[in-house]
Amino acid sequence: MSDVLNALVILANFVIVPGLAYGSQLALGALGVTLVYAVLRFSNFAHGETMAIGTMFVILATWGLQSAGIGFGPLPTALLALPVGIFAAIILCLVTDRLVYRYYRRQKASGVIYLIVSVGVMFVYNGLIRFVIGPRDQVFADGQRFIMKAREFKQMTGLNEGLAIKTTQAVTVVTAIVTVAAVFWFLNRTRTGKSMRAFSDNEDLALLSGINPDRVVMIAWIMTAALATIAGTLYGLDKSFKPFVYLQLLLPIFAAAIVGGVGNPIGAIAGGFVIAFSELFVTFAYKRVVTYLAPESMAPDTLVQFLSTDYKFAVSFVILVIVLLVRPTGIFSGKSL
Amino acid sequence: MSNSVRNLSLFALMALLFMTVGFVQSWDVSLTLLNMCIISAIMALGVNIQWGYAGLFNVGTMGFAALGGLAAMLVSVPPVAGAWQAGGAGIFGGLVAALLTVAAGVYAWRRTLHLGRRRYWLTGLVVLLGYVVMRAIIDPAVEAIEAVDVTTSGFLGGLGMPIILSWLVGGLFAAGAAWVVGKISLGLRSDYLAIATLGISEIIIYFLKFEDWLTRGVKNVTGLPRPVPYEVDLKQSPVFQSWAGGLDMSIDTAASITVKLCYAGLFSVVLLVVLYLSEVALRSPWGRMMRAIRDNETAAAAMGKNVTRRHLQVFILGSAVVGVAGAMLTTLDGQFSPPTYQPLRFTFLIWVMVIIGGSGNNWGAVLGGFIIWFFWIEAEPIGLWLMGALTSGMAPDHWLRLHLIESAAHMRLLTMGLVLLLVLRFAPRGLIPEVKR
Repeated sequence: MSDVLNALVILANFVIVPGLAYGSQLALGALGVTLVYAVLRFSNFAHGETMAIGTMFVILATWGLQSAGIGFGPLPTALLALPVGIFAAIILCLVTDRLVYRYYRRQKASGVIYLIVSVGVMFVYNGLIRFVIGPRDQVFADGQRFIMKAREFKQMTGLNEGLAIKTTQAVTVVTAIVTVAAVFWFLNRTRTGKSMRAFSDNEDLALLSGINPDRVVMIAWIMTAALATIAGTLYGLDKSFKPFVYLQLLLPIFAAAIVGGVGNPIGAIAGGFVIAFSELFVTFAYKRVVTYLAPESMAPDTLVQFLSTDYKFAVSFVILVIVLLVRPTGIFSGKSL
Repeated sequence: MSNSVRNLSLFALMALLFMTVGFVQSWDVSLTLLNMCIISAIMALGVNIQWGYAGLFNVGTMGFAALGGLAAMLVSVPPVAGAWQAGGAGIFGGLVAALLTVAAGVYAWRRTLHLGRRRYWLTGLVVLLGYVVMRAIIDPAVEAIEAVDVTTSGFLGGLGMPIILSWLVGGLFAAGAAWVVGKISLGLRSDYLAIATLGISEIIIYFLKFEDWLTRGVKNVTGLPRPVPYEVDLKQSPVFQSWAGGLDMSIDTAASITVKLCYAGLFSVVLLVVLYLSEVALRSPWGRMMRAIRDNETAAAAMGKNVTRRHLQVFILGSAVVGVAGAMLTTLDGQFSPPTYQPLRFTFLIWVMVIIGGSGNNWGAVLGGFIIWFFWIEAEPIGLWLMGALTSGMAPDHWLRLHLIESAAHMRLLTMGLVLLLVLRFAPRGLIPEVKR
């Protein structure tokens, strides 16, 4: 019996807990991509960099708070700095929309033009980030490191294997739940949210009913900036802030959005977790789990790993390919915002 | 001023820029720039075939260029006999197993339509089984190969053939990858191609970085054989010595310039061939059909054109050209090093070239390739100088001054992004606009 429990604890420690945190980060990112798609109707390649630049603002604010001697007890100071970062990211997104995207909206440009333009925006954001904070790693998580240490867990339960939960992982999951709840409450319960859904569903009808398109677009950008900053900060707290990584996150985020059906918020969240858990389950080395479960004579001498962790980004690509081949509209097709 | 005069003067201006660099910096630098410019121009031609002719947005140029580089390495490096003995059979068996797995997966998927939902599981199971078998065959072989002379080889090596051949092979490699990606993502929404190419290019780079048995990974393969003479041999040959003696430069410089000129000659031939073929294609009925599809897919489809097939075709052609350029780049570098492939340099820079040069116009793509590469390289000295001049009033160790000078290198990213956005907004047709035919 304790063997089974030990195996489960290993899985929980290395797959389930990190998967929940990573899935929440991807889900928030994919939610942002999906919002832009639903309202502005293009795949925003600059989303990864928006996450990075929002995180950069948060880091700058965190440094300010830290040097002023303000902390957040056991929680990371970055949570206090989050509103500042969100505000700065919102301003940036609105300015970008005003200077760049609005022109193409008025022109009724084709989708592929938006793609190229968003690539240009990505370039500019990337340059800004490197210019301001530089291309190096930044670790900005402070406060208590663990909620539960592996050793404490072992003492508590008497098992061989430990389960560690990092503060940042718990913070990630809680923040993600709060954020997602707020987004859904806004979309389903408020007048503005309903007008956004109407606009995404049928632009012409929405215009006829007197919905102001500029307002809808503005709110979409505000929400996207906020979601991107939250997702980016949570990812940065959990791992560390590397300006390059956010470009690589773009692929899993797009995959998550497409798996769930682009333009569908529930799909984006489900997609985020599908991608995160597939990545971890496929690249996890099951050797120790199998050692506990199998009889001693059958203990494996290899890692029992389907794919080396080097290829974790390939997993999201494979899932993307399968979805495109089998069900191009995504799992939750036929329903948008 | 008529269009042709304007275009000619743009190219003349470019030539003038090269001359300036030649006189101010050195002819060596100027020729290095020229060679890279030619390669960039060929890549830009490839992207222009996809974007300008057909309106396909490929965000994976880097991956196709890297496949070209892989081809250059695999064709030219001599085979490592020990590694082949250690694991050649295993690798071969693994590849066969992989092919069989794919075939079995497709077969299972096609033949189980009646099974409903169980079809997904059945196909998944077949592929999973095949994958496990493949890994069981290939893993020991990979380990054995990577153990052979770790410091010098540890990989299978190549075919030991002339590296020029690899330019064709690189095109074929890239075309193969493009076929797979295009088959999956074309015919769906246009964003999907962009996202799929973004993904495949990342994965190709990861593959090249981590599959040491094939590419030596991050340990790099250096000293690829050259298609042109080596400087050392030139310096020792009496003919060259007597010839260089008549020139007004040291023998080292003369040798290095001669080698670069040889490269420039080879590359120019490729550039001219690709340019000629692209122009002929653009003027042919095929080119007319592509433009018709780009401008109005529905109308072209109604006229009986198979839009998805044509898109696939043009996507493969464009990627093949990029692959050729990638193989040429590795040839010029003389080494294959996967970590040097960066999306910003290999994908987005090429896009800026095409957009600025004039999408849909081959001459525009060539000009864009020249201009953008030129300024990409020259921007660093210019940016440093600018930052130095701007902050000259501050104390030499002022933090802002130090920060600005340190960041000057990153300025070019910002500049390229801004240039792309400005051109798209205010001059979307580029420097040499597409000719209306």
